[in-house]
Amino acid sequence: MRAGSCSRMDGWKSMTDAILPTAALRSRIRRLLQRIGGERQTPIVPAGNVAGRALTTVIAIMTFLAALTVGAVSLVSDTAGRWQNDISDEITVQVKPAEGLDMPTALETVRQIALQTPGVSGASVLDEAATSRLLEPWLGDSVDFDELPVPRLVIVSIDSGEPPNFAFMRQELQEAVPQAELDDHRAWVSRLVTMARTVVLIGVFILSLVIVATTLTVIFATRGAMSGNRQIVEVLHFVGARSSFIAREFERHFLRLGLIGAMTGGVAAVVLFVVIGHLTEANRQTAEADQISALFGSFSIGWTGYAGVALLVATVATLTALTSRWTVTRHLAEIDMISPVES
Amino acid sequence: MIRFENVGLRYDMGPEVLRDLTFEIRRQSFQFLTGPSGAGKTSLLRMLFLALRPTRGLITVLGRDVATLSRRDLPSIRRRIGVVFQDFRLLDHMTTYENVALPLRVRGKEEREYRQDVVDLIKWVGLGERLNALPIVLSGGEKQRAAIARALIDQPDILLADEPTGNVDAPLARRLLRLFLELNRSGTAVVIATHDLGLMEQVDARRLVLEDGRLEIYD
Repeated sequence: MRAGSCSRMDGWKSMTDAILPTAALRSRIRRLLQRIGGERQTPIVPAGNVAGRALTTVIAIMTFLAALTVGAVSLVSDTAGRWQNDISDEITVQVKPAEGLDMPTALETVRQIALQTPGVSGASVLDEAATSRLLEPWLGDSVDFDELPVPRLVIVSIDSGEPPNFAFMRQELQEAVPQAELDDHRAWVSRLVTMARTVVLIGVFILSLVIVATTLTVIFATRGAMSGNRQIVEVLHFVGARSSFIAREFERHFLRLGLIGAMTGGVAAVVLFVVIGHLTEANRQTAEADQISALFGSFSIGWTGYAGVALLVATVATLTALTSRWTVTRHLAEIDMISPVES
Repeated sequence: MIRFENVGLRYDMGPEVLRDLTFEIRRQSFQFLTGPSGAGKTSLLRMLFLALRPTRGLITVLGRDVATLSRRDLPSIRRRIGVVFQDFRLLDHMTTYENVALPLRVRGKEEREYRQDVVDLIKWVGLGERLNALPIVLSGGEKQRAAIARALIDQPDILLADEPTGNVDAPLARRLLRLFLELNRSGTAVVIATHDLGLMEQVDARRLVLEDGRLEIYD
């Protein structure tokens, strides 16, 4: 019994009696007010002990690792999808220099033919400055297009939902500009799709292993923490508590531990992703960040990653609660009217 | 209230540790259960509070054949049987008040309904000053009285006590015995499992003596 509980309880009672019509409703609201007012009985399952803290820590670490894996798989999956989409949204037409070829006219002709082809949403000539930047690693920063026979590109955006007839387009271009070569990136796309799928499959496999490891760790850590509570289960049992009551008390306690641990791990993983995202964003001008951006875009895990982490947190917490319920139920079955032969 | 007919008990494939037990615990009766160590007192107590099934024979508890009881039925019957364990089994994180109130709490009663009853009972067993003490600071005798109060709080029809004076000195043992007698006068059947001959000699009560797995009854 807590000091001062009597006067406080009387206060709650008179307050709720005055405004609430039914006894049942009054009783429920009063209990709620008592809880809000901090007047709570000691929990039947003790709130904090070494085993509970160890369990919370183990859950936090395993959830953190699993959430990192979820985020990484989500990132790779999104990036792979983006590579595939970016490339399949674009094709290029290369115009090789030749004797007597008026390059600007040829590029404009190619652009016009592309724009008139059904399924093409846009076409632009890669200007000399952009072409020069592309060639800079090999030819330096002072490329003279009049002296060097440099091929030029026309970038054609296509509707990936209804792509153009590439064979027809290729033929049209060849007839108008024999030096034009259409590259629909099909070989690239095919290889990238295969690679992306492989990367995602490997990621899912690793994620499965991490989830299995997390599940087993959570189950055994929960059972370990439960073993310290066997006496509580037995006492409750022999003072006449129903199995459902005992299971519910433990389930609630371990759900709380599981939620604290899993949310700590999950939030830490999300914070890490956000921090890395900000760091890559802030250092975008450097060559290293450029490489990362080229591969992973903004290094953001997207809503699927966050949803995956949230699902993981919920799953780990539920798993912890269910394991405690299962352990309690099994222990009760062991001590409940056992046959001496079975024992 | 509780009737045993030709009850036998064996563990696994071993010999019968209890044989042909036939007796009855009558309403408002008072009896000692005694016998040498290993005679089967604890096993018999476990059968009395429905923690163990016999390997043969018939046990009827409060009018119900235990062989036909489902696990769902057990809590409601156990609530009518108070048990005092030899090792007290108090919950270490709860105060004396909370330990004694535990049976009422697990029945879903509101604290305001039982608070005064619990306080009165704790005072009755002489622990009025230890209301908010945790078990760790209680002496053996105080723990024993807290365990007894917990067994009595819901006014059981029958009280089973396993060596309730095993951890206390003689004066306190006499005091506890008076407490059990007073309880018995108020209508509760009492079974005290004990080795303590001195305790039994203080009361002219029925004795159930276990020896070599058999029960002799001295009314």
